[in-house]
Amino acid sequence: MDGIHDLGGKQGFGAVAREANEPVFHARWEGRVFGMNLVGAGGAARNVDHFRHAVERTDPVAYLTHGYYGRWLGGLETIMVDAGVLDTASITRRAIELGAHPDDRIASRPASPPDRLDPPADYGDDPPVDRGNQRPVPAAARFRIGDRVRTLGHGVSGHTRLPAYARDRRGSIVSTHAGWVYPDSNAHGRGEQPQHLYTVAFDGAELWGVEAEAGVVVHLDLFEPYLERSDD
Amino acid sequence: MTEERNPAAIRAEAIESLLIEKGLMTAADVDDVVERYNERIGPLNGARVVARAWRDPAFKQALLDDGTAAIAPYEFEGGQTEKLVVVENTPRVHNVVVCTLCSCYPWAMLGLPPRWYKDPAYRSRIVREPRRVLAEFGVQLEPDVEVRVWDSSAEVRYLVLPQAPDDVAVLPEDELIARVTRDAMIGVERFV
Repeated sequence: MDGIHDLGGKQGFGAVAREANEPVFHARWEGRVFGMNLVGAGGAARNVDHFRHAVERTDPVAYLTHGYYGRWLGGLETIMVDAGVLDTASITRRAIELGAHPDDRIASRPASPPDRLDPPADYGDDPPVDRGNQRPVPAAARFRIGDRVRTLGHGVSGHTRLPAYARDRRGSIVSTHAGWVYPDSNAHGRGEQPQHLYTVAFDGAELWGVEAEAGVVVHLDLFEPYLERSDD
Repeated sequence: MTEERNPAAIRAEAIESLLIEKGLMTAADVDDVVERYNERIGPLNGARVVARAWRDPAFKQALLDDGTAAIAPYEFEGGQTEKLVVVENTPRVHNVVVCTLCSCYPWAMLGLPPRWYKDPAYRSRIVREPRRVLAEFGVQLEPDVEVRVWDSSAEVRYLVLPQAPDDVAVLPEDELIARVTRDAMIGVERFV
């Protein structure tokens, strides 16, 4: 989706703020949010793509202002509400009992964004088992190392792993990684639909034009449906 | 803002208390995860691997050929290394890692990422003006050094193999390991 998460190449964020001797978690709640997600979000967790899509649907203001674990809190609440494990009103009621204000900004955005309607998801009834993400793909790989490719020119409303800055750009296949679960499908409960994965190298000038720094190559790991052959 | 007044902290507590009341998890389940990532998963794992690669050419080659297979005997906890690709810095090539879409990172090798790695400034800028960002980190690259940026857009995870220091042959192993910083393995520090 063309969400706030797709940050590559955006301008205006200023210097990178570093911190000496940084703790793993800066506050207790960050560790609690991380842990609740890793233990399965009360049974709502389905797969990594599903969770990433919930994080990228986070309220965009909260995405930028609540920090990484604020985004994870949004994703956690979203998948739990979507799955019917908890409901937004009950969480808000409890939060107010614990000292929250009724108008506190909530990062979670359950269900589809208002400008989109998802088809029904089917994640099955079985609890998720981590089998990794590599899968055989029956069809032969379309591309080989050295092939020139062009990426899709348009975004999609759902989950995808083709960043906006690399749309409609030409690059070269530099590695092949065989078959992997396809996030664009798996995030939405439409099955794993494994696809061939490639590392594609893009010259800086292809991505950024005359403003590109010299001698820069940006690599992305891209699924076969994002790519078409380029004849240049 | 104190933690008690932070709306995210309160909402996290609300969710945790409701999940516990419903019997869907226990506080101890969450404690275990927090303890594991606080205490047992961190950049020391990656540093041990890099230090060994600096001194053992066969291991280094194995690491570059198939990172996941080469680190398997270590049995590191933490995940996110289903396909580990190790990229080697040389006098003519500098590698740097990012995830512009979220914050993918090789947890089992480096622990959880630092805040700057997850913040918008780094994620937005490192693919567009890597030389400028690296200079801000103190990495001054000559114009003839190629910068290779690795944007972790799928499940492949990247680790930078920094160049070995000149005194690699004489340093005791623990000192060598201590030289290998987290930032060097992300690619925002270069000590040769």
